[in-house]
Formats: sequence, structure tokens, C-alpha cells
Amino acid sequence: MLEIKDLRAGIEDREILKGINLDIKPGEVHAIMGPNGSGKSTLASVLAGKQDYEVTGGSVTFEGKDLLELAPEERAGEGIFLSFQYPVEIPGLSTTNFMKTAVNEIRKYRGQEELDAVSFLKKMKEKMALVEIDQSMLSRSLNEGFSGGEKKRNEIFQMAMLEPKLAILDETDSGLDIDAIRIVANGVNKLRTPENGILVITHYQRLLDYIIPDFVHVLYNGRIVKSGTKELAYELEERGYDFIKSELA
Amino acid sequence: MDTITYFKDRFEQLQGQQLDSRLKSLRDDAFSAFEQTGIPTVKHEEWKYTRINDFFNKDYHFTTDLKEQQFRAPELQPFLLPGHEAANSIVFINGHYHAEHSVLRSEELEVISLEAAAHNQYAPVVEKHLGHSADYHKDGINALNTAFIQEGVFIHIQKGKTVNHPVYIYNVTDARSGNIFAQPRALVHVAENAQVEILETFVTVGADESFTNQVFEIAVEENAVLNLCKIQNDAPNSTIVSTTHVHQVGKSVANVVTISLSGGLVRNNLNMVMSAPYCEANLSGLYLQNGHTHVDNHTVVDNRQPNCLSNELYKGIMNGQATGVFNGKIFVRQIAQKTNAYQTNKNILLSGNATVNTKPQLEIFADDVKCSHGCTVGRLDEEALFYLKARGITDATARALLLHGFALDVLEKIGSEDVRAYVNALVTSNLQLD
Repeated sequence: MLEIKDLRAGIEDREILKGINLDIKPGEVHAIMGPNGSGKSTLASVLAGKQDYEVTGGSVTFEGKDLLELAPEERAGEGIFLSFQYPVEIPGLSTTNFMKTAVNEIRKYRGQEELDAVSFLKKMKEKMALVEIDQSMLSRSLNEGFSGGEKKRNEIFQMAMLEPKLAILDETDSGLDIDAIRIVANGVNKLRTPENGILVITHYQRLLDYIIPDFVHVLYNGRIVKSGTKELAYELEERGYDFIKSELA
Repeated sequence: MDTITYFKDRFEQLQGQQLDSRLKSLRDDAFSAFEQTGIPTVKHEEWKYTRINDFFNKDYHFTTDLKEQQFRAPELQPFLLPGHEAANSIVFINGHYHAEHSVLRSEELEVISLEAAAHNQYAPVVEKHLGHSADYHKDGINALNTAFIQEGVFIHIQKGKTVNHPVYIYNVTDARSGNIFAQPRALVHVAENAQVEILETFVTVGADESFTNQVFEIAVEENAVLNLCKIQNDAPNSTIVSTTHVHQVGKSVANVVTISLSGGLVRNNLNMVMSAPYCEANLSGLYLQNGHTHVDNHTVVDNRQPNCLSNELYKGIMNGQATGVFNGKIFVRQIAQKTNAYQTNKNILLSGNATVNTKPQLEIFADDVKCSHGCTVGRLDEEALFYLKARGITDATARALLLHGFALDVLEKIGSEDVRAYVNALVTSNLQLD
């Protein structure tokens, strides 16, 4: 469903992604690991369409469409979801209103009728249970004053509401304790279907104990330098990223 | 004819009609003050960014005769605010109070002419409070209003009573046949333990220019509560100078919300004078401007006694070539220990041609106080915008949501649910940015 070919991108003349190749098929979970500064978050941002980054080469195709030609909201409409590493605090906008708008804008993009209030509430209730959050949190200003764990659970809640075809989780485990990781991972796992793809970006192996990947890739210095199965993640955890560096040297 | 001569002519006409009024000396003094200073220009420190004198270089009409106006009650229909069916309404047309257009439903509320109040049992209140705003506005425009107090009203809220219906005040200017200068004037007395909710709006009809120079003085007595919301959504051919002077003479609460959405030029003077210990004042404002409009909010919080609390929150969203001014003064007198005074002004500029001048001005003479102020001028947060768009929300809707969120804490200060919903709808429609 997602084909990335020789993707190059950077910010202000500094090339960060130096030729990424990655192919994700429906039903697959891919993990991208790598040391700090290797380009993991840049890849997530470029896929979601953040303007700060300039794509200088290569291509990204999502279900046959040229993803790089689409605006961020169109990518979401096509079914791409990015769980932010640092979810933004938005005063004066509740999660409920935010989701009502987002769900309906995406439906509009797909040429579907708006969801009526009853169906929307029903859907909300269902997904709230999934990530163990309550109504009071959804009525508050989005992410404002939320703890790290609450923010990440809110991201997964949004993902559950929007039912993306491809979910990109950018360091969703960072700053979370074990309980929060389990809740977040459970939420993600319940959304795993044979049709959906998931791209997990993480620094540590521990999230992958809960979200078991089919493939693990090591990103280093803007390139995928090693790919394998979940065993690769254990190897990295045991030996650190240095062994990759020495292998490359 | 120059401005001063024009008004002198009018003033003398009026003096011929009313010789033995108790208000005479107040008017005389005010007119001399006007004669000395004239209409303030941008050279005046308090008017540095707001130029109001252009209007007076044109032909304009200022009537001291109530019967001259053409406006008929049904013409007010399109401008009536939601909830009007259950509200008291007080209508000024071209600066004159019109009893026949007004509707008084609450017996706790009394509306009489200032002239009458100056000669009946309310004379001490009138004497104490009428013209008090001049202590804070040493300029010709305030004096000009006072010089022509004749059709102004005295609004009295009975002691110990809560006015059961809100009071809607319509400031109508009829500019259908020529430029009009109008000067509404009121003195509101909220007696001990009384409570009132007042909503004000400004309406210009016709395509010629209007200039409304309004002065409302409000005295709030012991344990009284004043809720005042000013809505300015007038035509582009309008100029409004609106002075609201709140004098808290007893331990009391005053909540004032000022919403400026449209209009050619708006200047608000809001004074909260806290003359008793343990007063509370909440001042909130939202200005949302586009095109070539200008909005200026000058506020004064004067802590004259100890233990008072004031919270001030003004927010601005400026687009097009609009210009904005915020000037927030806080005085803490030497005796006013334990004052808590907070002030915030936040602005978002949506266009490279919009400007805001913001200036906090704190003068503190007491040593045991808590005062804070902060102002920001910035653009819409790009990170937040991307976050919303990444969830499938289009650019225009994402911007509108963020701006609405920015404005929300001010909108929530509006007490009446009807009015809050109404203002919210106006703001939402103004935010459908192209």
C-alpha cells in the first residue's frame, strides 16, 4: 500500500533522508528503529506532509497515488494517520469538537454523508473504552495540561476514531511508563486488521514487545542500513546501535 | 465654520432653553473645557494611535432637538438582539433617549431623564457621579458630551433587587440624510445589593457617516453586581467613541465584556474605579477586525482602596489592513495594599499589513501588592495548524478552529447564554476566512 523509493528530503539545504526505500503491504507492521538524529521523525513528518521539510528526490506512492503531491489534509483523507511524537496543545478546542470536525471533513473528502450526532457519540463511546479515557478528558482543551501518557492515549483515541489505512506512530512510547505503553499498544493492536498497515517508529525495543512487528528496519544517517524480523530489535536492544555502526564501517 | 464655533452655536441655543437647571454649571464647565482643548488629535498622548478629528472636517449634523429625527420604531426590528422579547430595551436615537421606542418590563428598573433625576430624590447620586469620568479623561471629546447633557438618562436599579430581565441598550445613529454626530449619555445607579445585566449595541442606519460619542457612567454600590456586555458590530461608515466609567463605591463586583467585531473606527474607554475595599472587577475584550477598520481599547483600573481584585483579559485577531490599540493602565494608590491586579493582552496578526500597538501601563505606589501584566503579538501557530490538517481538516477550517479556540475564553465571560450563543455565532461567521 505504501511504496517509498529513494526518498530524499531535508531542511534548509541539509539533507536528512538520503535515499529511503520501504515497501509496506496491507496487514503488515513495520518498525523503524535507529539512534537519535538518524532521520526517524523526519520520515514520519515527510509522510504526513509537514511543510518544513523539502523533498529533494525519490517518490512515495500510497495505494497508487503520488502522496507527495497531496496536502496534509488530503493524505489524512486518503487514510494516513500520524501519531505525533509531541502532540500540540490547543486552547479552546475540545477533543470532541476536534474529532467531530475531523471525522466529518474526512467523510466529506471521501464523498460520504456527515455522521449524525447519535452515530458520532456512539462511535466516541466505543473508542473511548478502547484506550481507557473518559468523557471529561475529551471535553477539555485538546492536550492542554495533559500528562505525557494522556497525550499519547489521546493520539491513539484519534487514530481509533479516524480508522486510518496506514498508521504511523512516531515515538509513541517516549515518556510513557509501562502501564501507559500497554494501554496504547492494546489500542493499536485492536486496530490491526489484514487491510491496515502500521509503521512504528521507535528508539527502544520495549514497545515492540507489545506491538509485534513483521519487519524491523534500522535507520541510520538517513538510510535504512539493515532490515530483518523482530529478532533484529532484540539484537539492537542487546548490543546497542554501535554494532550497526561498526558493521557499516 | 470651525468645530468649536459650530458647537458653541449649538451650546448657546440650548442654554437659551434651559436656564435654571442644576446641571447648568456642569455643562458650562464642560463646554469651557471643550473650548480650550477641542477635539483631541494624535498629538494628544491618549489619542496617539487613534485619529478621530477627520470627521469634523466634513459637513455633519448634530441635533439638540429630539423631534428632528426620522427614525421609526419598526426600523429597529432587524437590529434587535436575541432574547429581546424578554428584555428591557432602552433606545437612543442620534444620541437622544426615546421613551416610545423603549420597553421597560422590570419594576426594579427605573429610567428617567437626567434632568429630572437632578431635581428629585436622586439628586445626591447625580451630583456625586455625573461627570466623574472627566477626572480620567482630560480631553475635549469627553467634555463635549457633558456640555450637551440634556436628553441623557438616569437608570436606577432598586436596592436589594435583581432585575429579572436583562437591559438591552441600543445606540442608533440615523445617517440616511447626511453625516450625523450623536452623543448618548447615561448615568446608571446600581443600588446596594442590586444586580443587573446590561447589554449594549451600536447601530448605524444609512450610508452617510456616523460618529457616536457615548459616555456612560455607572455607580455600583455595596454588594451590588454589574454585568455589562458591549457588542460593537456596526457599519464601516461608523465611528464610535464609547466611554464606560464604572465607579465601584461599595464592595461590589463588576464584569464587563467588550466585543468589537466590525465598524469603521472604534475607541473604547473603560474605567474601573475601585473606591471601596474588596471590590472585584473583571474586564474582558475581544476584537476581531478585518479590512481597514481600527479598534482602540483604553482601559483604566484604579485601585483606590485596599484588597481589591481585578482580572483583565483582552484578545485581538487582526486581518487585512486593520489596526488595533490596547492601552491598559493600572493604578495602585499608596493606601491600596493587598491589591491583586492582573492584565493580559494577546494578539494574533493574520496579515502582514495588520498592526497592533499594545501598551501595559502600571503605576504602583503601594508595596504589598500582586500585579502582573503580559502582552503578546504573534501569528497563528504553524505547528498547531499542521496538527489539525494532519487529521484531515482543511486549511480554512483549521484556521477558524484555532482562532475560535483563541477567542473562547473571552466569549465564555459573557454571562447570558442567549447573548453568548449570538456572539459566538457572529465570531464563527467572521472567522470563515477566505
